[in-house]
Amino acid sequence: MPIRSTPRSVLSAILVVAGLLSASPPALSEVFDPETFTLDNGLEVVVIPNHRVPVVSHMVWYKVGSADEPSGKAGIAHFLEHLMFKGTKTREPGEFSRLISRVGGSENAFTSYDFTAYYQNVAKDQLPTMMELEADRMANLSISRADVDAEREVILEERRSRTDNNPSSQFGEQVIAATYLSYPYRIPVIGWENEMRRLSYEDAMAFYETWYAPNNAVLVVAGDVTADEVRRLAERTYGAIASRPVPDRIALRGEEPPQLAARRLEMDSPRVDQPSWSRRWLAPGALWGDSARAPALEVLSEILGGSATSRLYRSLVVEKGLAVAAGAGYSPDGIGPQTFIVYASPRDGVDLAALEAAVEAEVGRLLRDGVTADELASAITRMKRRAVFARDDMLAPARLFGEAMVAGGGIADIEEWPERIAAVTTEGVLAAARGVFVSDRSVTAVLRPKPAS
Amino acid sequence: MRRVTAPLVLFLALLAWTPTAWSLEIQDVVSPGGVKAWLVEDRSNPILTLSFSFAGGESSDPVGKEGRARLVSGLLDEGAGDLDSSAFQKALTEDSISLSFSSRIDRFAGKLVTLTETRERAVGLLRSALTEPRFDPEPVERIRAQIQASLRSNLQNPRSIASRAWWAVSFPDHPYGRSGDGTPDSVAAVAVEDLREFVASTFALDRLVVSAVGDIDATGLATLLDRVFGGLPATGSAVPAEDTAPRAAGQTFVVEQDIPQSVVVVGHAGIARADPDWYVASLLNEILAGGFGSRLTAEIREKRGLVYGVYAYLLPVDHAPLIMGGLATQNARVAESIRILRQEWGRMAEEGPTEAELADARTYLTGSFPLRLVDSDGTASVLMGLQESDLRIDYLDRRDALYAAVTLEDMKRVARRLYRPDQLTVVVVGMPEGVATTAPVPSIPGVPVRGG
Repeated sequence: MPIRSTPRSVLSAILVVAGLLSASPPALSEVFDPETFTLDNGLEVVVIPNHRVPVVSHMVWYKVGSADEPSGKAGIAHFLEHLMFKGTKTREPGEFSRLISRVGGSENAFTSYDFTAYYQNVAKDQLPTMMELEADRMANLSISRADVDAEREVILEERRSRTDNNPSSQFGEQVIAATYLSYPYRIPVIGWENEMRRLSYEDAMAFYETWYAPNNAVLVVAGDVTADEVRRLAERTYGAIASRPVPDRIALRGEEPPQLAARRLEMDSPRVDQPSWSRRWLAPGALWGDSARAPALEVLSEILGGSATSRLYRSLVVEKGLAVAAGAGYSPDGIGPQTFIVYASPRDGVDLAALEAAVEAEVGRLLRDGVTADELASAITRMKRRAVFARDDMLAPARLFGEAMVAGGGIADIEEWPERIAAVTTEGVLAAARGVFVSDRSVTAVLRPKPAS
Repeated sequence: MRRVTAPLVLFLALLAWTPTAWSLEIQDVVSPGGVKAWLVEDRSNPILTLSFSFAGGESSDPVGKEGRARLVSGLLDEGAGDLDSSAFQKALTEDSISLSFSSRIDRFAGKLVTLTETRERAVGLLRSALTEPRFDPEPVERIRAQIQASLRSNLQNPRSIASRAWWAVSFPDHPYGRSGDGTPDSVAAVAVEDLREFVASTFALDRLVVSAVGDIDATGLATLLDRVFGGLPATGSAVPAEDTAPRAAGQTFVVEQDIPQSVVVVGHAGIARADPDWYVASLLNEILAGGFGSRLTAEIREKRGLVYGVYAYLLPVDHAPLIMGGLATQNARVAESIRILRQEWGRMAEEGPTEAELADARTYLTGSFPLRLVDSDGTASVLMGLQESDLRIDYLDRRDALYAAVTLEDMKRVARRLYRPDQLTVVVVGMPEGVATTAPVPSIPGVPVRGG
């Protein structure tokens, strides 16, 4: 029956494991009206007041993610995220969580390539307590080896749920590993199972002590609060934690070497009945490649595959009837090399080669003729309107600003987004497309059914 | 992410709330034509969210045509009135109008989100979608193919298989036993006349509830209601399913799939939303399964590392209220995990909760409500939940008292009634070690039989 018991984690899986297809951050600074300041110990603070309901979202973002893990420790960033709920020098495991639950709050944490974030959504009068307890675990994490051993089993089960039980996720992991020759995005956020099994208490504490410092974190508070209130509370709580040197993570990650060969991955699985096809190319990120072309690529993604009236959907799904799904995806939000993806899934009985040729024809047409002025104007209008819709959720901006801050772009990344999108030209789209759609930097991925023997 | 919570848990948690100092102002609006709606006016953004649903959903799909209601939900925005599919989609996209429909077990729902500047056109499109859908051949075949493709993936997903199997063994002679998603074959069997029959029998004013949130006042909404819904018939002819109760109590079914982690779904008869003990049951379930710190999570995840997620929730479907639960764990530890889940089910029945647990659950259920109202979508969902449950408009003002009145004795009494570990119907999908099937596993439509 239609008990769509899809866990909330399905959404978060996109964020945690892939982080690739998320929508661009729509934003209007004059509407979100954030205030920012920095404490003496280097903690950056963003406050986004919104008084619709007497609640707040309190988030701490650490500028460390799975792409900053030591070699052989795949998954330690995410494992530490779990262990951050296991107590401090003065608080029992789970004590913080029980307190949040008792006051009707909700909490969670998530890990991506570039960041690890913790949050509580609570009634506004609980904010001082949240800040006190979050600051406590920023400085005073204290966990038992028994809890580390039990929690290791939990992350292994999490991996089985997300990845090992799902051939499409398994294949995605292989594809991403082939997309990067050296850059650490090639390693899955959850970790490789063999390395996860060996993650130790010492590994977790070393990672914590290296990276969890106030000068490597961003505090974001959205909701029914003022910047003055947050500043007063932050100085009393987080302000008491000393700063300390943190490694230069960008340097540690190294450079992605030139990619000189197109790659192609094919997987046949008896647990797949619906084939799928995709191609991705390396594309600019916040600190990688030609970042100035990111807005043009976002517009291109919208025109090529962002809606049911997009080029790929119209051509492959509606007009030619070759596909059940077709689209494109690009987000410039990460620090390192990002990807621009086009994808399609065939209708029953359609040859994958024909599907691939049809997608290539659309990409070829784009590279030859670019986009029209009408397509561009319509896409820009829609994308700017998303910024208006984004104001409707009083807590969601906390995520937008947190992600922008840890990528190093600051609030300007969000504030000026509509203007950057509005400034995109047809020539800019064509130049960006020609810069990205280069065969040698592409990975083609085909997932097919394998008839049971 | 470290916590897995089924969306239904969130939904039910909101139904079990009570406001304290702060409260939501809900207006009761009736249009000149007699269409009713609840409104939360909020002028902070130029956006209107309009949610609505009709009684009547997937449980009315004809035998062999399962997936009919879902196919309707995918086709209403694919051409209506003078606009063919392409023109309709272009109208939506150009104006950034979001229009979506979804089928549920006993209801069919829709939602419109529009900027104020495009509201007039959005209203026209929605009216047209509801009253004059075209069901042209191209979109019908295209959306049918999309649903069949998604079913081919769905029928390989162990969670989906477990859910289908649980409902199939629990309701063998009732529409609840047939998947509302259907199978590629059953979706292929749906004809355009079946789609029209669903629309004609279900989209009617006597089975409609409407909620509006955002940039509109009561007068404006009243006019809008008549424009959108005024063309619908006064009554619909779709006949609700009969009341029933789950079978196969106490049985265990293993559906073999060659996967490293088994998915377990359990459940037995629960408690109706209209039952006076509903509030007691909500508190009990919060203690047993309300996420981190709850008994199931503490025993199964925190202490033993058996799972990433374990859950239980009250599911008051119209014709057979249920309590459901589930987990996923490596094949070698399925037996142990089910044993502990049963043990906690039984411990709650025998001992009930402590006074401290009751107090914490009460403050959780009262304190968490405002978090459902941080956007228009959440607020509209709250309004829909209340109306679909036939609650009065002043309900939110009375919730505190309903929860405050619950005593520890009530908790113990209802726990004995609600939790019956020996009655759990258990479905396991995977290759579990040490778990035996106790009754023949029926074939599940669309799921290939494995391992000969």
